[in-house]
Amino acid sequence: MELVPYLILGLLEGLVTAAVLSLMALGLSLVFGVMRVVNVAHGEFFMVGAVLAWQIASLFEGHPAWGFLAALLVAPPLTACIAVAANQLVLKRIEYDPERTIVATIGLLYIIQQVTLMTYGPDARPVEAPFNQRLSIPLVEWTERGLSLYWPWGLGTTTYKLAVIMAAVMLLTGIWMLMTRTRFGLLMRATQLDRETAQAFGIPVGRVYAAVFGLGAALAALAGVLIVPIQQAHYLMGHDPLLLSFIVVIIGGLGSLPGTIVAALLIGISDGMISVFFSPTLAKIIATLGVAFVLIFMPQGLFGKRGL
Amino acid sequence: MSEIRKSWGLHIGVVSLLLALNFILPDYHHGNLARVMVLACYAMGYNILFGYTGLLSLGHALFFAAGMYGMSLTVQHLGWSAGPAIIVGLASGLAMSLIVGILSLRTAGVAFMIVTLMFAQAGYLAALYFGEYTRGDEGFVIQKAARQIGGIDLSDPMNRYLAALVLFAVCLFITLRVVQTGFGRVLVAIRENEERTRMLGYDVHRHKLLAILLSGTMSAAAGASYGLLFGYAGATFASVQYSIFPLLWVLLGGAGTVLGPFVGTLFMFYLIDLSSDISTAYMLIAGLTLVLLTLFAPQGLVGELRRRTLRWLP
Repeated sequence: MELVPYLILGLLEGLVTAAVLSLMALGLSLVFGVMRVVNVAHGEFFMVGAVLAWQIASLFEGHPAWGFLAALLVAPPLTACIAVAANQLVLKRIEYDPERTIVATIGLLYIIQQVTLMTYGPDARPVEAPFNQRLSIPLVEWTERGLSLYWPWGLGTTTYKLAVIMAAVMLLTGIWMLMTRTRFGLLMRATQLDRETAQAFGIPVGRVYAAVFGLGAALAALAGVLIVPIQQAHYLMGHDPLLLSFIVVIIGGLGSLPGTIVAALLIGISDGMISVFFSPTLAKIIATLGVAFVLIFMPQGLFGKRGL
Repeated sequence: MSEIRKSWGLHIGVVSLLLALNFILPDYHHGNLARVMVLACYAMGYNILFGYTGLLSLGHALFFAAGMYGMSLTVQHLGWSAGPAIIVGLASGLAMSLIVGILSLRTAGVAFMIVTLMFAQAGYLAALYFGEYTRGDEGFVIQKAARQIGGIDLSDPMNRYLAALVLFAVCLFITLRVVQTGFGRVLVAIRENEERTRMLGYDVHRHKLLAILLSGTMSAAAGASYGLLFGYAGATFASVQYSIFPLLWVLLGGAGTVLGPFVGTLFMFYLIDLSSDISTAYMLIAGLTLVLLTLFAPQGLVGELRRRTLRWLP
């Protein structure tokens, strides 16, 4: 097989990664932007979303779409509740001190992960996609009879993967609207800009913090629900996406929404491309070192205005 | 009695107690304590940077693993004997901390944590990538024949305990000495107020770099000895979890206290040991401990003791 089909395959897989990653990284970035804390347990919210999706979907019989739809509607709010509880019980009481928050969220990470291990178990379990038709992708080639289409073997995608990309685009637009067009978005931006002034103007900063932490977790959980028909639900699945979304948020500039999306596309697609051609471990080594060097030499990120 | 003499007395007392325990403890706890002493050296290395200098690194597993692999790979693939191999382990720890130090000290605060985390992650992935030599997560066993220094067989439980005790005593006394000298006091000053220390004319960057070198090399010494004494090297020791452990031990025992890392390691080791009888999800205990610590005892066990009664504790 020649090069072009591989490139297209890498691009498509990369777009799916980018879609999921942008949702998750957006959650991380919102939390950092507004609350100024790094949430190390973010990957676990992604995992909880996926595991809950399996639990909910397994309650339904009949067409898999019903179970999936229920999971999509129920899992993210449930995860948000867990996050808000963690916020009230722990983060609020250590007053969002940046370093202590990191230590506390590392603790949360282990608690969530191990409770999942104790209840859900160590198995990886799939959720059936609501629809999953294979689509073959034709390429154009030049023959003596002019342009013609041909279908290279193995080049294709599924309707579900395309739907994930679409869903991510819609959700991102929704968040964008929420941030710029609603009162809640205004409160959020005011708190992000200057916490004390916001408080002085009567904005309930504590409640905004809780809501943002919940929203961030819900976004991660949504990403988890969307990915679970492609990749199975497992109690350790939060680790790699956490690292990748850290990378995305840092490259995109912490707290910058457009930067996060551009970086998710960049990282997702290059991850797809690199893992088609190189070993995934090597790709990860390059990516992690890349992030370290971006932070060292360009602390404001590629698109951000502020440093850490 | 002066405070300095009191603290030397206390720490020499702890080491003699550990020596006495060598002859009394039943086999199971004897083995455990040897392990705890080596891991406590790792925690003491971490404490120099985190507890005294105030730099929170999330990537110390890189140094621990550098020591472990520096030692074990030379034994395994070059056929070196244990003595020189330990030197190689220390040298790789020193080199690694020099590189990481120079690069990561350009950042501060949260960025420093993430940069160290990323370097350690790259190190872990590299250990997996070169699986041909390191055998990845599965790891490899260091043969009994290779685990000898000067004819002393380190796989024998008694020798192993004593070797661990020697390492522990060296690390403990180095830390105690460092804390009592001007160098240690400058580190504490940096932790308390970096700007003011700079204004007083101290070279903050150089002191921080030296702290990373000392901390990283001590961690590497622990890693190399762990591999040698317990005869195993694997990529697990380079994973994020092993960067979190020393943070946990130091926080539990008391950051910025000389005995804290040992107390924390001992406490945590037995906590996990006892809870793994009950459940496979023993990391739950670690998570709960971390959260409860940040909430209720940010000073740790020895730190609380110092705050309440023994104000002279170093």
